Order: sequence, then C-alpha cells, then structure tokens
Amino acid sequence: MYVIVAGAGKVGVNLTRELIGQGHEVTLIENRRQRYVGVEQLLEHNVLYGDASELWVLERAGIERADMVIAVTGDDEDNILICQVAKEKYGIDRIIARVNNPSNRAHFDLLGIKPVVSATELILRLLEHEVPHHNLVHLLDLEEEEIEIIEIRLGAKSPVVGRSVGEINTPDNSLVIAVIRDGRGVVPNASTVFEEGDDILAVLDPEREEELKRIFTDA
Amino acid sequence: MFVLIVGCGRVGSSVARSMLADGHTVSCLDQDPESHARLEVGLDNSWEEAGGQFTVGTALETQALEEAGIIEADAFVAATNGDNTNIVISQIAQRRYEVDTVIARILDPLRAEWYREQGLKTICPTKVAIEMLEDKLRGVA
Repeated sequence: MYVIVAGAGKVGVNLTRELIGQGHEVTLIENRRQRYVGVEQLLEHNVLYGDASELWVLERAGIERADMVIAVTGDDEDNILICQVAKEKYGIDRIIARVNNPSNRAHFDLLGIKPVVSATELILRLLEHEVPHHNLVHLLDLEEEEIEIIEIRLGAKSPVVGRSVGEINTPDNSLVIAVIRDGRGVVPNASTVFEEGDDILAVLDPEREEELKRIFTDA
Repeated sequence: MFVLIVGCGRVGSSVARSMLADGHTVSCLDQDPESHARLEVGLDNSWEEAGGQFTVGTALETQALEEAGIIEADAFVAATNGDNTNIVISQIAQRRYEVDTVIARILDPLRAEWYREQGLKTICPTKVAIEMLEDKLRGVA
C-alpha cells in the first residue's frame, strides 16, 4: 500500500516508521525546514520537504497513486484541507485526519472528513471507562452503521437489580451481550439475574440509548 | 446588508471601513485584540462610534463566529492570514450557517482555482499581482 503522511511531528514520524516496518511505501511531508532536516536523517528518502496543503507538493509526493492519506499536522484547518483535497480532488477513498482541538470535531464532520482521531477524546473516553462519573460509557460507536456498544453500571437503585434478563423487555434493535461481575464477563441467558454493581454491555441502535438508559438505571 | 469580516489585517480592515462608509452593518472578528487599531486608521472617532462591531476570537470557534453575528450575516469575508483557515471557515459559513454571499481570500493560486471550481467565491491577490506584473513587463518589452 502507498501511504502519504502529512506532518512530521511525533505522531507522523512514528506512524511512518511503523508503516515502513510493515512493508508499506510511505512519503512523509513536512514543511518546517528544521524539522524536515532532523527527520530526514532518520527516514531518508521517505521524507519530502514542503507544505502538504499545496497541491503541487501533494502531486510531487505522488498523490495520484496513493492508497491512503493521513493528515496528522498540529493544525486542524490544515488536516481538514489536506483530507478534503485528497478525497474530493484526487479521489482517495481512504483518509484519516487528526483532530487536535476537540471543539473542531464538528468542522471535520460538516465537511465529511472521516474517520478522525483525537487523542484528547480517546484519553477522555479511557478516563470515563476507568472512572465513570455517570453510569453509561460508550465503548464503540460505529456512526455510519448506526450501531454502538455501551457499558452501563447498575447502581443500587437500578430497577433491574434482582430481576432476570428474561423479565426485562429491551427495545427493538438492542441486546444485552455481556454482564461483567467481579471483574469477569459472562454472556447472559434469560435466567441470568442482574445484581447491584454489575456492568452490562449492550449493543444497540444509538437512537435506543435513552430508552435503554431508563430501563437499566435509576436516571 | 450585514457583513461579517474575519481577519482584520490590511485587507480585512480596509474592506470593513469601506463597507461601513457605504452604509452597511459591519462586524469584524480577529484573534488579536490589537488589530482593532487598524480599523480606526483615518477615522475621526472610534470604530464603535462609527457604528462598527469588533469581536476578539479564533475563526474556527463557532462561539466566536456566532458572537460576531454570523447567524444574521448576509455576507461573509474570510481574510485571515491563513489560506487553509479561510477555506475551512468559508465552507462553515456556507454549509453550516447558510450565509448568502461567502468570499474567501486565498493567496495560493492553485488552491484558489480548485476551490473556485467547487463553488466557493475566491479572491486570489497573488494571481492578480502575477498578471499585473506580466502585463507591465510585456508593456516594456
């Protein structure tokens, strides 16, 4: 696979090195001269000096034959532009953009730039998983496919505690797929009884989330 | 009409003053509070006394754009010193806020040309300068 990576920061450089190690062909583009000179010693001809948001630079990098473009510069507007041009001008189907400031996430969505990776959001999500400040944690969101996996902690006031899976009417397009109790997960059957402190995993249509939350929590 | 100008440098501030003089409602957004002084060049009183608005904020922040009046704006000018910023905020003004007239200043001729083909109104000062220089030189030769 031929991959173009824009931005030779820590993410860009390490990504390039990993991809090359996996046998892919990679061109890393960097427009800060000093940074470029330093990185070139490490990655040699895999680095190209230039501004990846300039069309002629992308063309020099061979964007016409690229299978994937990854924009991981420190500027969200640059990442948006590089991905938009890659996708809409050069027809690259596979793009990945880094979101530096989570409040810019909406702009990426608006302009159809996806998927995006946001370190801040990832860390917040992990933090939420480790230290949930409310009862519901998103484990997986497949927005396009309209399906998600969530984890719900059953508190003492949860209306389902003491009742079995079979007794609970979950909405259409939702399913309890696992119960985690004392650090061990089991796949429940109709006779599994919910206990206080259980973490339940459910797969569902995101539109069912509020309904499911009402059924399982005291909220 | 209500004109929102983002980027209050030489270009943005001059256009702002002319639009205000023409009797339009004009609001400027810039991340540098000092850029306010540029608006008052050649004015007898302050920009606000003359009827203008000025908001300090980053162009990509929707909160700043809304504070500067993007929801009411009839025309939007992106004139920050970053081409990519101008391209992105113009599309936000077009698609998210559905501003009737959106104009982006883009210095790079190639990007200006491609985004113009995509339906964005673009102004490329570099291209204008190149053409004028070519004309002048050809006039001599």
